[in-house]
Amino acid sequence: MIAGIVALSTLILFAAKAPPMAAFRHLFMGSVGSWLKISQVLMGWIPLTLCACGLVFSFRVGLWNIGVEGQVVAGAITATAILRLGAESSMPGTILVIAFLGGMLGGSLWAALAGFLKVKGGVNEIFGGLGLNFVAQGITLWLIFGPWKRPGVASMSGTELFPPSLWLPTLHTLRLSPVGLALTCAVLIGAAWVLSRTRLGLALKGIGNNPRAAYLHGLKPNRYIIVAMGLAGGCAGLAGTFQVVGVYHRLIPAISSNYGYLALLVVMLANYRIGAAPAIAFFFVCLNVGSIQLPMMLQLDSSLSGIIQGSLVLGALLLYGYRRRRQGGEKV
Amino acid sequence: MSELNLAILLGSVVAGAAPIVLAAVGENITEKSGVINLSLDGSILLSAMVAFLIAYETQSLSIGFLGGAAAGGLVASLVGVFSIYLKQSQVAVGFVLTLTARDLAYFFGNPYSRLYGPQVSPWPIPVLHKIPLLGPIFFHHAGIIYLSMFMIVFWWWYMYKTPAGLRLRAVGESPEAAYAKGTDSRVLQVGYTILGGLLVGLAGATFSLCTKPGWGHPQGAEGTGWISLAIVIFGGWHPVRVAFGAYLFSFLQVMGIQFQGLWPSVPAQVFQVAPFPLMIFTLVLMYAAQQGSAEAGGRRSWPHRIAARLSGSAPAALGRSFRPE
Repeated sequence: MIAGIVALSTLILFAAKAPPMAAFRHLFMGSVGSWLKISQVLMGWIPLTLCACGLVFSFRVGLWNIGVEGQVVAGAITATAILRLGAESSMPGTILVIAFLGGMLGGSLWAALAGFLKVKGGVNEIFGGLGLNFVAQGITLWLIFGPWKRPGVASMSGTELFPPSLWLPTLHTLRLSPVGLALTCAVLIGAAWVLSRTRLGLALKGIGNNPRAAYLHGLKPNRYIIVAMGLAGGCAGLAGTFQVVGVYHRLIPAISSNYGYLALLVVMLANYRIGAAPAIAFFFVCLNVGSIQLPMMLQLDSSLSGIIQGSLVLGALLLYGYRRRRQGGEKV
Repeated sequence: MSELNLAILLGSVVAGAAPIVLAAVGENITEKSGVINLSLDGSILLSAMVAFLIAYETQSLSIGFLGGAAAGGLVASLVGVFSIYLKQSQVAVGFVLTLTARDLAYFFGNPYSRLYGPQVSPWPIPVLHKIPLLGPIFFHHAGIIYLSMFMIVFWWWYMYKTPAGLRLRAVGESPEAAYAKGTDSRVLQVGYTILGGLLVGLAGATFSLCTKPGWGHPQGAEGTGWISLAIVIFGGWHPVRVAFGAYLFSFLQVMGIQFQGLWPSVPAQVFQVAPFPLMIFTLVLMYAAQQGSAEAGGRRSWPHRIAARLSGSAPAALGRSFRPE
């Protein structure tokens, strides 16, 4: 699989008349070549892994939560609102904690809305989620250009920066947030525990595998669908809050950095389980960070990273497909 | 507003809607057969890039359009094969392809960014374009825009008036029943997925060779695929109503400039979002209409009848993979 991807990337690079070895070297050195780069990768790993954790909940109950992107945005908007209210406060630490809780709640409610639309309105979660993504994006733009615009001129560069007291603290020399890392690890462990060791985890799995049987066992699928969506959105909301307080220190139009959509690829490649997700997320962010310098160094578009990520997931789907085909063939 | 200005305004609505009409009608065909091709947004960009690149290198517009269509068909064929023959989730495959096709387009289109390439010129239809008002609105366009209008009527006729169209709808409602009646559902589904993809590819080519000529990162066609997907639902899987949705959206876009004057604080991008709440609303309406008729034992009260008329209904087997037994 890995050999196949290296071969494919090499082929793509040859097709673009670019030197493959140089491109791979830039990808590698640009992501893990120095402590500074590694900390940059980890700052992307935090929101991506948080989103992936959440997605495992919604996949477990059998939902395709494509709305995770909008849930990140909803979390970011809520966190920004709280930070704006608390900008003058004398207790920045408390405000940050409230921002995280609020962001989590914001993402959770946005996801629960998609769940509610599915359960009560018959709107498939894919179309509902997708629609809500664009609505969240529209609200962000409206806020940045309207009520929250910078004094003077509104622009695509976002709202005004928060005072540094409301920035998530980073290590002295590196741009790395220990709080963010600890939070993500805690969410990872918590999610793995809930999914494998609790009744809730078992119920979600049961409903995902066979909603009708679960219903006959006395579980209420609709209620669990909303719970799973709420948990998924909560994780995504944390990611959005982190983007605001830890990375950009303001609300920008592209606040989600597409981590919601990328997290879907991560979880698909991890075969919808949490186990491999952190490692895959790390690798994906390495590709993203490493490809930043491709345009300058080799005049290549940085979307090379996306091609590699997408081909990996397509390759995995092909593999699963063939396996299923073979199994099906044996039965007949 | 004078008559001339109105005609120019509405003419630009018709021209601006052309790629959305092509993409949405294409997706309509695919979904009618029970397959969701979620990759539209990436497909459109990839085919826009391929069409521009080929037209630039060969200096031939028609080869460019063909290349764009082929790119759209190729992505769609992947969706078809992965989901129908390899039994992978249509949504999963379509979603991965959305992102990958977009990135492929940016990567390979990079050397062709911001170059001046060939673009189609208007081709007024003799006599007809002289009709006051209607002439400039409908008959003073490039060839591809006439094709987009023709596609609406053609596919309506094909779906609802021909035996082949009946089979197409049958496969989308119940591939099992169609299979039992002797139709190879899977071949038909893959076929219509690719056919829909060809139209989506034409939509991409229309962007880079006509509506927003040239290539760049971003190209300007970003988001159209998602909008087209929303419009297919808004139009209740009926080509004429889907096209109406596309024209309505194009009208909103053109009028966005006027709205901007009314509410200066609202950026034009916010109007881009309009199709999505409408899509959700349509889906809720559709569900309410179905629920209502089920509760009333098949007899519908008038609000439900109106809701059903407005919203149409989804092909019953949409998104479900069929396994011949």
